[in-house]
Amino acid sequence: MSVIEPRKVVDAAATLILGKRSRLELSLTCLIAGGHLLIEDVPGTGKTTLAHVLARLLGLEFRRVQFTSDLLPADILGVSVFERETGGFHFHPGPVFTQILLADEVNRATPRTQSALLEAMEEHQVSVEGATRALPDPFFVIATQNPASQIGTYPLPESQLDRFMMRITMGYPDPAAERALLTGRDRRSLLADLQPVADATTLVAWRAQAACVHVADALIDYVQALIAHTRDSGVYRLGLSPRAGLALLAAARAHALLNARGHALPEDVQAVLPAVALHRLPAVEHPGSHDEAARQLLQAVTLPA
Amino acid sequence: MIGWRKRSPRVTTPATPLTPSQVAWLMAVAACALLPHASHLPAWLDAVAILLFTWRIAQWKLHWPGAGRIVKLLVVVACCIGVTLSFGRLFGREPGVALLTLLLVLKLHELRSARDGHTIVLLGYFMLLAAFLYSQTPAMAAALAVSMSVITAALIALNGPPATVRALLRQAGLMLAQALPFMLVLFVLFPRVPGPLWGLPADAYGASSGLSDSMAPGSISQLSLSGEIAFRARFDGPVPEARERYWRGPVLTDFDGRTWRQGESARRIGDTLPHAPGGTAVAYEVTLEPHNKNWLFALETLSALPSGMRMSDDWQLLAGEVVRSRRRDRFESIPEARPGHEEWSGYLDAARRLPADGNARARGLAVALRAQAGSDAGTVAAVLQMFRRKAFVYTLTPPLLGDDGIDAFLFDTRRGFCEHYAGAFVFLMRAAGIPARVVTGYQGGERNEIDDYIVVRQSDAHAWAEVWLPDEGWRRVDPTAAILPSRVEHGLAGMAAGEPVPFIARGDAGWLRSLRQRWEAANNGWNQWVLSYDQDKQRELLHRLGMRSPDWRLLTAWMAGLCALFAVALTAWAMRRGIARDPLARAWTGIHHALRPLGLGREDWEGPMDYAARVARTRPDLAKDVAQACRLYADARYGTSPPLQAARELRACARALRRKRTPAAS
Repeated sequence: MSVIEPRKVVDAAATLILGKRSRLELSLTCLIAGGHLLIEDVPGTGKTTLAHVLARLLGLEFRRVQFTSDLLPADILGVSVFERETGGFHFHPGPVFTQILLADEVNRATPRTQSALLEAMEEHQVSVEGATRALPDPFFVIATQNPASQIGTYPLPESQLDRFMMRITMGYPDPAAERALLTGRDRRSLLADLQPVADATTLVAWRAQAACVHVADALIDYVQALIAHTRDSGVYRLGLSPRAGLALLAAARAHALLNARGHALPEDVQAVLPAVALHRLPAVEHPGSHDEAARQLLQAVTLPA
Repeated sequence: MIGWRKRSPRVTTPATPLTPSQVAWLMAVAACALLPHASHLPAWLDAVAILLFTWRIAQWKLHWPGAGRIVKLLVVVACCIGVTLSFGRLFGREPGVALLTLLLVLKLHELRSARDGHTIVLLGYFMLLAAFLYSQTPAMAAALAVSMSVITAALIALNGPPATVRALLRQAGLMLAQALPFMLVLFVLFPRVPGPLWGLPADAYGASSGLSDSMAPGSISQLSLSGEIAFRARFDGPVPEARERYWRGPVLTDFDGRTWRQGESARRIGDTLPHAPGGTAVAYEVTLEPHNKNWLFALETLSALPSGMRMSDDWQLLAGEVVRSRRRDRFESIPEARPGHEEWSGYLDAARRLPADGNARARGLAVALRAQAGSDAGTVAAVLQMFRRKAFVYTLTPPLLGDDGIDAFLFDTRRGFCEHYAGAFVFLMRAAGIPARVVTGYQGGERNEIDDYIVVRQSDAHAWAEVWLPDEGWRRVDPTAAILPSRVEHGLAGMAAGEPVPFIARGDAGWLRSLRQRWEAANNGWNQWVLSYDQDKQRELLHRLGMRSPDWRLLTAWMAGLCALFAVALTAWAMRRGIARDPLARAWTGIHHALRPLGLGREDWEGPMDYAARVARTRPDLAKDVAQACRLYADARYGTSPPLQAARELRACARALRRKRTPAAS
């Protein structure tokens, strides 16, 4: 049992990112479940700050890559450079060799560069110039992207989206939070003062604990019912993949741990479901808002007794 | 079928041994099936059964060696011989039940597979059925219903997954309860045929008490000690007075100096009434308990002979066959009629006949009285006068009489029961030259206020006399009434103070009497509507239910229709139940059903904690209870706490919520 509860991280982050507690919980859940996080929203809603804050509080090594249309794979993975002194090639690791990689505005890069991230995210290793190099553990990618409608974006393909365990949106702060933001201290300086409450070891311990969270048959029934609904109801062009099912269960476990419970509840599944499922579910008809789509999916499936 | 068997290769399924709990169930089956028979089996067989049973338990619990094949064979042979010796034969009801008892207990010693278990279960069911051959009381039926649940539970245990005793008994009870409507429909509507469907073995009818075809001093007083019910009667109109209720039975004409017997006249039987009485008739129905004789009891004097019955020359009513099962007949009688003017002189001679010698003093007295009175009617009055005047005592415990019993009674002891008085009276009449005969039967009967039946018991057995007077015909004379009028008013309860009265006939102890009447009314209801539910009763019931002319086609249609209806209803119920068969789910449903009237039902997709939070927002007063219930459910369903206990606590929560929701709602 780790001394620090994961909830502490959320509490600390909430002092800096105002009025976004549920987003913070989801982000941390995603990290505890060992998944990559995609944050999608218009610029200036605190996406990057969220990534910064998480890395800082978890005491993890943090690199940031600003994706642009001319970014090359080598800019991310690293490159071998000829060194005159040794007379040989020496590999200079790219920014991907870190514990948390913030891929800012990931959809501004070309698909070629985007897919360079693919292997890294899935395999936790990179292959450069014939050599396979392991990435540190833990390794997370927190990617931010602007909504697809913005100019100069290359939307992430479905295969790439499926690698992200969760996609969350930030949304505008509510008036009270916005006022606190406007009247409060500068976020940058606050971020600089932020002290880590955990470290990599703690995070690994949490991850192990999350894997031990009890999942009852009844809950598996529910998860299966949800997956079956996405595949059979005809509401979605494509149902949830088995990987999505595993991700849903892992996220539900992590969410239960975050709420200090030894077993996962349907509420855990429901809490993570929109974030885990919606970016993998291209709807036949445009569902309207994000929340509306989430509500539709949730209320369509009866909780098995 | 046989051909198919021959072609197919012989398949032997490996016998799965019975589990210890299944063995225990089978022992319970044997115990349940044999207990109802213990009382009527020979004592030695009971002992053998208990011994074998105990041995089996010892083998099971103390790991004693089991019975070998040789031992079992020896026991079977020995018991077959024992049964043959005890009953005189090896087949029939009694020896059959005895053999089955033995086989059932022995089968416990060879429980190798489920097949043996099924044999025991089927034998058990059969033994329950056989128990009805001995007793058909409501108490027995209730006891057998319990046994049936146990045997059914054992059958479930043999075939189903392991379960607790309670669960198995519950399921068995449920299955039997589901069978109940079908049973009722078939019982009520199945077309009834008169008489039993199949022949029963000759010894299927045990001994029963009742009047016999002879009377000696002591025979009726012996019978009066019995509280057993002889028959019940229900009158259509007003019930005649107790002193008018003489239920005529065997008529005794021949006397050998000690015993009165049926005479020649009892064997001259006709199909018509030998007399044609006039007057107002009362109609009534008699439900006669089996007494293994062929006579019936009806009020004096019958005004019409029901079909299928016959009557002897001395007006004794006879059934076509021996009364071996309870029967119900309708009669019409005229209590005050005194027919019989034109009696055949040959019979009158027989009714004057006395043994050649003996009882000289009585003969002398009769002659003297006749001379003194001057007429037959006067003589009758004089004798009754004598009984009344000369300190005769009516008692259940008369002293023993010697050879000249009539003399001893009339002149020495002067203590006697009705048979003494009737016998002595008829003797005196005959000695005086007046034709007279003894009539036995029952007198009075008690009215049960609960169901308005007149209950006539063996203790109401009575003997009275009839004398033939030339201008009057046969006249009933009851000497007992002359001595103790209250005897014919109130039965044995009217006995003189200080005389012992059988417990059953006592008039005091009101609550006891009312309790007894209730019990007997219940028994009578059972007899009338269950055991004696025959064609007539069926027609009566269906008529009451509005079926004017039920024939078998209509009955079959109704039967099929109702059975189908029940089947559909049960299926619907089972399907509805099936959705929430799991006790935890059922209990959880109970929680939101308790809250639904408040508009706080759970949504299908709503998780327990979200639900608790939503209820708490609307009804903070219920928040605590709902939160507890939801936590209980969540912990048991999604966590690791035991579901059955949670279900129990949830049910308590639901009750608490139902109690609490009302005051706040109003």
